[in-house]
Amino acid sequence: MNAMSKSVASRTFDIEAIRADFPILAEKIRGKDLVFLDSGASAQKPVVVMEAMLHAMQHQYANVHRGLHWMSERTTEAYEAARDAAARLMNASDRREIVITHSSTEAFNLVAHSFGRGVLKPGQAVVVSQMEHHANIVPWQMLRDAHGIELRVAPITDAGELDMDGLETLLADGKVGLVSITHMSNVLGTYTPVERIVKLAHAYGAKVMLDGSQAIVHRRVDVQALDVDFYAWTGHKLYGPTGIGILYTKRELQEAMPPFMGGGDMISSVSFEHSSWAEAPHKFEAGTPPILEGIGLRAAIEYVEAIGYDAIAAHESQLTEHALARLSDIEGLTIVGRAQDRGGVISFTMDGAHAHDVATLLDRQGIAVRAGFHCAEPLIRRLGLDSTSRASFGVYTTMGEIDVLADTLERVRGFFG
Amino acid sequence: MFDELRDLYDSVILERGRKPRNGTKLAVFDAEAKGDNPMCGDRVHVFVRHEAGRIAELGFAARGCAVSVAAADLMAEAVSGLSDSEALALGNSFEKMTKTGLGDEQSLATLRPMAGVAAYPSRIKCAMLPWVALAAALAGEGTASSE
Ligand SMILES: Cc1ncc(COP(=O)(O)O)c(C=O)c1O
Repeated sequence: MNAMSKSVASRTFDIEAIRADFPILAEKIRGKDLVFLDSGASAQKPVVVMEAMLHAMQHQYANVHRGLHWMSERTTEAYEAARDAAARLMNASDRREIVITHSSTEAFNLVAHSFGRGVLKPGQAVVVSQMEHHANIVPWQMLRDAHGIELRVAPITDAGELDMDGLETLLADGKVGLVSITHMSNVLGTYTPVERIVKLAHAYGAKVMLDGSQAIVHRRVDVQALDVDFYAWTGHKLYGPTGIGILYTKRELQEAMPPFMGGGDMISSVSFEHSSWAEAPHKFEAGTPPILEGIGLRAAIEYVEAIGYDAIAAHESQLTEHALARLSDIEGLTIVGRAQDRGGVISFTMDGAHAHDVATLLDRQGIAVRAGFHCAEPLIRRLGLDSTSRASFGVYTTMGEIDVLADTLERVRGFFG
Repeated sequence: MFDELRDLYDSVILERGRKPRNGTKLAVFDAEAKGDNPMCGDRVHVFVRHEAGRIAELGFAARGCAVSVAAADLMAEAVSGLSDSEALALGNSFEKMTKTGLGDEQSLATLRPMAGVAAYPSRIKCAMLPWVALAAALAGEGTASSE
């Protein structure tokens, strides 16, 4: 396969130029400027991603890994370049550590099924935290019920930070085989102390999986420096297409892990008596993969690399600081979670106005936020809430948009007050 | 700034959403069910007491948006005195009204403030939640969802 693609030319952080890369941002909603503050649910796509996918469909498309013809070979190269791009983005030492899935959700199911049933033994435990997305809860519950694995839940503090002492208590008996925790909460915006989590878990003999679905959008992730065992994220939140996710898996763990799904592409030979598995990563990639999505994701990764995580993180912290200051000034508005280390995802509640009603009013002004449980019902309940409104930022979010949000929220208060 | 929203947030809905008149659990009841929209977080627990084959009283406990709470509150008044099948038929007419915005029937009079929800497709499920909970209660089922 082709070598790691060259690193991408960098560009200066120019918010207007960045916004121009996302044509959808110029749309009007009922005559009002779109203020898109729902990137945490799914981000908008830059033109380069669309063009890469369109170009493939117009000029260079066939199934991958199997054709002996020109189109298939070229498409295989273009698709496999996504693996190289993901490996480079996360600083994986070996491209084979990058398993391409269809989503983060699939990545968690893959690990729960393959590592969970193939490596963990009944009687061992998996630890998640109270602030997980359902994608990092339900697969472990299914594993618990099918395979006799205990599921333990690490507590969070009222500020919305992981309780490290609580985590250590859960690890103390040495039964925990895997700690699976978010790198950034999709509700509270909290970044978890991943270096410490990995060190602590490893000290007790547990492997670590991190949910990077939100974090990798804003911060550089270095899987080697972290020494993490599994790291999952999803393409559509990183300005790429839907239908593709990435699961980093440490090379040394892949051998013992059986396949997740069976089908084409993941075998080396098949007879009706017996099939033998292909080598990782293909062992974990049954069926025709997300080819066009891979091509789009590579373009998205290169887009992010060109801007650079230093600039992205600086922009995010500027937006977050401004938003926290503006929203804190609104009477009756409560920001949910006050973690020290937090980023561009902000949940809030408003006295006398339910999150849905807030979202509907904001929508009438062209402002898109999410309202509800955010696929994290146990967290919302832990916080004693029914739902929250959530504003989340992307690389194209402006300070002006945050002002529009804050000004409009002041008026929402008046409406229900 | 939000004037155009008065179609959804009719003053009745704002008022009922804030201070429902029937938002209490009944001490005595013969049917109940929980409506739960897990994606968005609205919940309503409906309690029904029958007398002589008719709904004598409906009470509820709700945690949710103004639309779902107001819908439950108006429903409590609209179904009082109806037989189960009349109440279910009214639920069907109500559902049509939430989708089309139209509903001239006399039976819908109490519920008409909810008609504006038709312009907000993502909120129809909020208005329907108490009604699916009522249908579940009358059918002897414990839970329902309108998502
Ligand atoms: C923290 C977190 N984990 C997992 C997911 C699941 O991502 P997907 O639905 O793309 O699998 C999401 C997004 O919804 C998320 O925010």
